[in-house]
Amino acid sequence: MLKKTILNAAHRALNARMVDFGGWDMPVNYGSQIEEHHAVRNDCGMFDVSHMCPVDMVGADCRPFLSRLVANDVAKLKVSGKALYSAMLNEAGGVIDDLIIYFLTDTRFRIVVNAGTAEKDLAWMQARAAEWQMDVTITQRRDGDNALGIIAVQGPNARAKVWQVLPQTKAATEGLKAFFAAEVDQYFIASTGYTGEDGYEIMLPAAEAEALWNALNAAGVAPCGLGARDTLRLEAGMNLYGQDMDETVSPLDAGLAWTVSLNTERDFVGKAALTAAGQQKQFLGLLLLDKGVLRGHQKVITAHGDGEITSGSFSPTLQQSIALARLPLGVQIGDEVEVDIRGKLLKAKVTKPVFARNGKAVI
Amino acid sequence: MSNVPANLKYTASHEWLLLNADGTVTVGITDHAQEALGDLVFVELPEVGASFEAEKEIAVVESVKAAADVYAPLAGEVTEVNQAVVDAPESVNQDAYAAWLFKLKPTNAADLDALLDAAAYQAISE
Repeated sequence: MLKKTILNAAHRALNARMVDFGGWDMPVNYGSQIEEHHAVRNDCGMFDVSHMCPVDMVGADCRPFLSRLVANDVAKLKVSGKALYSAMLNEAGGVIDDLIIYFLTDTRFRIVVNAGTAEKDLAWMQARAAEWQMDVTITQRRDGDNALGIIAVQGPNARAKVWQVLPQTKAATEGLKAFFAAEVDQYFIASTGYTGEDGYEIMLPAAEAEALWNALNAAGVAPCGLGARDTLRLEAGMNLYGQDMDETVSPLDAGLAWTVSLNTERDFVGKAALTAAGQQKQFLGLLLLDKGVLRGHQKVITAHGDGEITSGSFSPTLQQSIALARLPLGVQIGDEVEVDIRGKLLKAKVTKPVFARNGKAVI
Repeated sequence: MSNVPANLKYTASHEWLLLNADGTVTVGITDHAQEALGDLVFVELPEVGASFEAEKEIAVVESVKAAADVYAPLAGEVTEVNQAVVDAPESVNQDAYAAWLFKLKPTNAADLDALLDAAAYQAISE
């Protein structure tokens, strides 16, 4: 039995093609994944991401708890509303999940974790809180009476469309720089996203999500499925948990060194393992020079040894195939490498792992 | 509801076949297949003159989402390939029955009789 978000009927009413996404019945597209991709890069699109799990954390020990729980440093969160992207590691330095932490007050934080890892994450957080005897209460907000829906509205015109539909939120959100959140009545509006475009992720009581979805659709916001979400995040060089990293992969080998704060006195779960192992691989982009499509798990042959593609697809913005890959140390941006696609060796160029953002190619 | 023309033959792996007057068969992927794959971005076709056993991988179609093998619906030799779909893979999404992939000269013309008719394909592809 597949799980459904509160917007399931709305997707079906829009003739979405539904797929089993990690046990969730989710829209992969509403016709054309490529058109949805372009809508977000050039105008405005919306995604149902209510399968992701908001987690509310309250209590006197929120800061010391998070400081020890995650690899990035919550001391960076100084202004109410600020958000922080981080990996949550196990003792071996592997990634249990990647998540966004929103700082509201010193005793109240909101965290959003991935759909497929939510139960595991909550159990891990609860166990650490008990083990460290921290005063924190951890409550999931995806299921049950206080469930929230999440709609991501993304693209250059996203803010204007949201203000058109929710004018009461404009004053509190128009000044939001990237990676902040504001609470207005029942709405939690964050300037975060997974597309490389400006926009908002809106959390609201689940019962109100369908009305907002329909109002945004009526205002001309294109419904977009998980297919476009994947190509948008891939072009933007954003990691996908389960593909680009997992519990067996160090964040240092997954391009997430920028989110790991190793150079302070602070201790956190996995720090000792990361310090001991150091960086073993580098996480870079690939641009396919021959015709074909790069995919996860394809082997990359370089002058410094073999690497592996972790995510690959066709880039609608570049009209060429792109990938994120874990490559041996020594490989340089600009190098030409080969990718084994069904036994054929095709040429690819190594790039920095960002291909398109804010409506245009960046390589 | 996908389109299943009555004048074609089909395979359970979602290829369609049209028998031509010269005894060759034209092969493509069905409307159901293109819809399941989503936007196609790459097509790899066999060499003209190559021979294939039935049910062997003969071509590849890739959408943004996934790569899918196309299987030889019957044993035969490739007589022609449609370069236009290589240049414009999206034409398969626009009309899967116009955007054919390749033509085969069947080793045994009678093999065609063993394939699915429109009603049988409709039943398995729903």
